[in-house]
Amino acid sequence: MTQVASKANVNVDARFAQQTVPARAGAGLKANHVDAILADDYRIGFLEVHAENYMGHGGAPHRALEAVRENFPISVHGVGLSIGGENGLNPDHVARLKKVVDRYEPGLVSEHLAWSTHDNSYYNDLLPVPYDKRTLNRVCDHIDQLQNALQRKILLENPSTYVAFEHSTMSEADFIADIANRTGCGLLLDINNVFVSATNQKYRPMTYLSEFPLEKVEEIHLAGHATDTDDEGDPLLIDAHDRPVDDKVWRLYDIVIGQMGPVPTLIEWDNDIPEWPILREEAKRADAILERRASSYMLGSRHAAVG
Amino acid sequence: MQPWVDFPASNRIVYPMKLGTFSDAVINADLPVPAGIIGPQGKKAAKRFDVYRNNVIVGLVGSLVDIFPSVHNLVGDEFFRAMAAVYARQEPPTSPLLFEYGGGFPAFLEQFEPVQKLIYLPDVARFELIWLQAYHAADVPVLNPDALAAIAPENLAETRFIPHPAAHVVRSGYASVSILSASRSGGDLSSIDPMVGEDGLISRSNYDVEIRNLPPGAAVFLAQLMDGETLGAAAGAAMGEAENFDIAAAITAMLEAGAFSDLHTNDDNGRGSTS
Repeated sequence: MTQVASKANVNVDARFAQQTVPARAGAGLKANHVDAILADDYRIGFLEVHAENYMGHGGAPHRALEAVRENFPISVHGVGLSIGGENGLNPDHVARLKKVVDRYEPGLVSEHLAWSTHDNSYYNDLLPVPYDKRTLNRVCDHIDQLQNALQRKILLENPSTYVAFEHSTMSEADFIADIANRTGCGLLLDINNVFVSATNQKYRPMTYLSEFPLEKVEEIHLAGHATDTDDEGDPLLIDAHDRPVDDKVWRLYDIVIGQMGPVPTLIEWDNDIPEWPILREEAKRADAILERRASSYMLGSRHAAVG
Repeated sequence: MQPWVDFPASNRIVYPMKLGTFSDAVINADLPVPAGIIGPQGKKAAKRFDVYRNNVIVGLVGSLVDIFPSVHNLVGDEFFRAMAAVYARQEPPTSPLLFEYGGGFPAFLEQFEPVQKLIYLPDVARFELIWLQAYHAADVPVLNPDALAAIAPENLAETRFIPHPAAHVVRSGYASVSILSASRSGGDLSSIDPMVGEDGLISRSNYDVEIRNLPPGAAVFLAQLMDGETLGAAAGAAMGEAENFDIAAAITAMLEAGAFSDLHTNDDNGRGSTS
């Protein structure tokens, strides 16, 4: 197991206050929301940024994020590292991620159980991995490398999937639990992804959640999905991030928070992005569940560390 | 053990699929769905696999819309998306930094038959790539005009300038500078004669990227200065190209645009301090 810096480590050279992400609702940061967020009387719990958007040298993106970071805790969410890829992590990209993390001092850093790069091509999508021993070893090696390079724990996010690999030999929940055990990484539980994958792969979301190591979850993602059908007319859900969170996903979220207690919860909305107040209402809905469940949840011990 | 995973039956061997087989089929819709890709209970997954094909192409096309807003505006949304999908399949990104994508798009436009009549289009696309570079360029203060005013007259000809990281001189055999400007500002394109060659300067003095037309000789003048030539040599080269080169106007434009970040003369033996 990799030795990684504890969340509780104090950064004595910190540029920013608010080094940890609170167990409240946050929102994915969009450039056209920045002014409204900064001016809003409602203080959102945190903002999450896609690391790759801040890997340029300078200019407007960094100016906006500096202003946001001075006022809010942030989490950094990588979308391009291709942790599941066969070719190994791109050291240049790891270095770029480290630079973003060093500069903006996020409370949480996360990436996906997925791949997006093969040979010399980047596909700009989160492609699925087979759940077998060979892939498990490879993903664990990559997470070890990443945590060593960043000198901190990362969170790994469960994917939304549309197909399965015939040669998979493990369930997704077991695969992810093994990764967390071996690497010491934390987990980012995307409950919309659970619902999408469960529907698409024909299993019950509650079965998946009951097998998922909730005690290692340090952040939750919620998002909207689109509905389609497959060749045989069976439901096929698409992880579209283009609408409000589905009521069925809210119910799962309520159950999960009731089980594990409050954790930082991100509302993701990346396509057909609405005005800030619409996104804010989604965040308030998560805040209400977090408040209601704050004193009545099942798991107790892990929450000493969440601040 | 979960009920939802279809485990290989013990009497047959399922070989692990190379992920490259998956990605080749994602980018090339003529290839079949890879063997070993299945839906629940082992059923076929053609439409399911198409979700990945669609996500990848729609995502890359969306990135190209963001990178080339003027080309998009000039050819229209539906046409641009169809054309960009052809390009994306031919030339997927090589970096996870999508703002570095599209380097081959201008050359693609030169070859893509349906836009051959829009002869200025490849240069507009080239300038949009430079625009995006300028947008992401390092934050460096621009040259304070007082620093130039403070140079002793006898040292002016020997003065050299440090280019600002966001500044680029662009040249086109067509009216690509005016076309890009008008397109980005929502201006009128109908009064532009596309066959008139133009030079321009792309720069960023704060956080907003600008493009401006350059008068005759100024492109050579600024390009020479950006290459580290002296003010005297750059002015000479500019006059060699354009007899009516107006050095005072060129200097005013370059200071306004923030084309340089610093200057130095022979007598200060390196960089001056201007900030």
